[in-house]
Amino acid sequence: MGYAIEGSTGTWEVVVGLEVHAQVISNAKLFSGSATAFGAEPNSQVSFVDAAFPGMLPVINRECVRQAVRTGLGLNAHINVVSHFDRKNYFYPDLPSGYQISQYEHPVVGAGVVEVQLADGSTKQIGVTRLHLEQDAGKSLHDQHPTKSFIDLNRAGVALMEIVSEPDIRSPEEAGAYVRKLRSILRYLGTCDGNMEEGSMRADVNVSVRKHGEPYRTRCEIKNVNSVRFVMLAVEAEAQRQIEVWESGGTVQQETRLFDSARGITRPMRSKEDAHDYRYFPDPDLLPLVLDEAWIEELRLALPELPDARQARFMREYGLTAYDAGVLIAEKETAAFFETVAKGRDAKIAANWVTGDFFAALNRTGGSIENPPVSAENLGKLLDLIADNTINGRIAKDVFEAMLGTGKDPASIVDEKGLRQVTDTSAIDAAVAKIVAANQDKVAEYKSGKDKLFGFFVGQTMKAMAGKGNPTLINEALKKALS
Amino acid sequence: MSLDPATIRRIASLARIRVEEHEVETLQTELNSILGWIEQLNEVNVDGVEPLTGGARMAMKMRDDVVTDGGYPEKVLANAPDRNGDFFAVPKVVE
Repeated sequence: MGYAIEGSTGTWEVVVGLEVHAQVISNAKLFSGSATAFGAEPNSQVSFVDAAFPGMLPVINRECVRQAVRTGLGLNAHINVVSHFDRKNYFYPDLPSGYQISQYEHPVVGAGVVEVQLADGSTKQIGVTRLHLEQDAGKSLHDQHPTKSFIDLNRAGVALMEIVSEPDIRSPEEAGAYVRKLRSILRYLGTCDGNMEEGSMRADVNVSVRKHGEPYRTRCEIKNVNSVRFVMLAVEAEAQRQIEVWESGGTVQQETRLFDSARGITRPMRSKEDAHDYRYFPDPDLLPLVLDEAWIEELRLALPELPDARQARFMREYGLTAYDAGVLIAEKETAAFFETVAKGRDAKIAANWVTGDFFAALNRTGGSIENPPVSAENLGKLLDLIADNTINGRIAKDVFEAMLGTGKDPASIVDEKGLRQVTDTSAIDAAVAKIVAANQDKVAEYKSGKDKLFGFFVGQTMKAMAGKGNPTLINEALKKALS
Repeated sequence: MSLDPATIRRIASLARIRVEEHEVETLQTELNSILGWIEQLNEVNVDGVEPLTGGARMAMKMRDDVVTDGGYPEKVLANAPDRNGDFFAVPKVVE
């Protein structure tokens, strides 16, 4: 039994499909030679094509097509050798031509599939209906002037991939997992940077509810949701709202809504009724897009290792659990960091350090994996110092803390601070003898069967040695002394 | 198929074309005769024929991913009825 919402009339199932808009990584725009870089001066990256001056003709950017095809291949999808561009007509100030060039009936990429992993350890296949190329619109600023909106066309004409899922998603968790997985695949492929804060990836969320076994009911579309967390919250809020409508005897109207993250609810968009009458027709400026099969094959062979394959390899090569492997591969930079640390070392210990102390330090310092507080090379050297018994695991944590943000080599920290592990058995025996002598009462208790006290002796001895004793040797020495 | 006056007004409003009341009837007659002509085309049997969206049996040419254009906000904004700095300024649209 999966996710369900209890209403007053029984149990409801949630049905979700997602349209994800992903900005294509390219130097120039989809149909013009102007730049795509984020954050430029207003209207400085706009050509006459983007501004829809009369008589300007669009010419497609090969790289954008290549990125769309590679993404399709990464989604295990069918690539359509012939596809077409259409005009989607609507009026808005940030769309100078009055239409968006998009692909309607014949998209460049057809059906594919994305596999997601859920918290209970199960996996689920989410169908991808299609992927098509289209132009982004410009940007409107509504809060700069009391009576005017300001328009910047720098983004107008930048290539987007719209990736449409099947209505296969049945819970907020699955919706979140799907967006995260898609983002991960796009970032592995290098076809979209996946930066949801800057808007280079955003989702339209289609939600409906039904009783189990029913056909689909009317859905609503929640536009422009810009984080994974908001996608999950929007699904839940919208499902709750629809259940209330149905259960109070009403009917859900198909409409476009917005997610209000401050209040945690969805509300209708104030748009005109004809907003959805796009009157698509084939763009007469553009010939069919015809791809060379050999080129597609070449792109397929050159694809990098993708998240699923990397996770399987991490489990196989490094003996990691599915969970640990999943955590490490989610971001390709993290996966690379781990591989540098694990190379030639005990992979499980490396995984524990990366997902444990290292991730904790990242969170604490607010650092990023691209600019980590400890380099992978130095973390690896620290593990070497544990492996060759130069320091013990306890001291390693102190050395790690001392490494944070300093770029220092762990061996030099060990030398500076005199943290080298004591493996000299006579020194250990001496420390043990002192502890035993000072705690005769505890020794008596231990010998009368209070085995748990052994830990106390270890702790005391370690403390007396300033944490630098070799734990194995201390254990051995204590066992001998207490027997 | 024939278009009623309400549909004519709707098409005009979607296209942002102002149509005066007295023009509706003329437009209705004209558009209906165009639709009648298209309906004749619908009589042709095209089963098994690939849809053709253009006259030229050619594929799209592609260009390299090189920045060759843009960088002239003054020219882009030259015809703007209103501006603020290098932004276009339009009557406020709020969603």
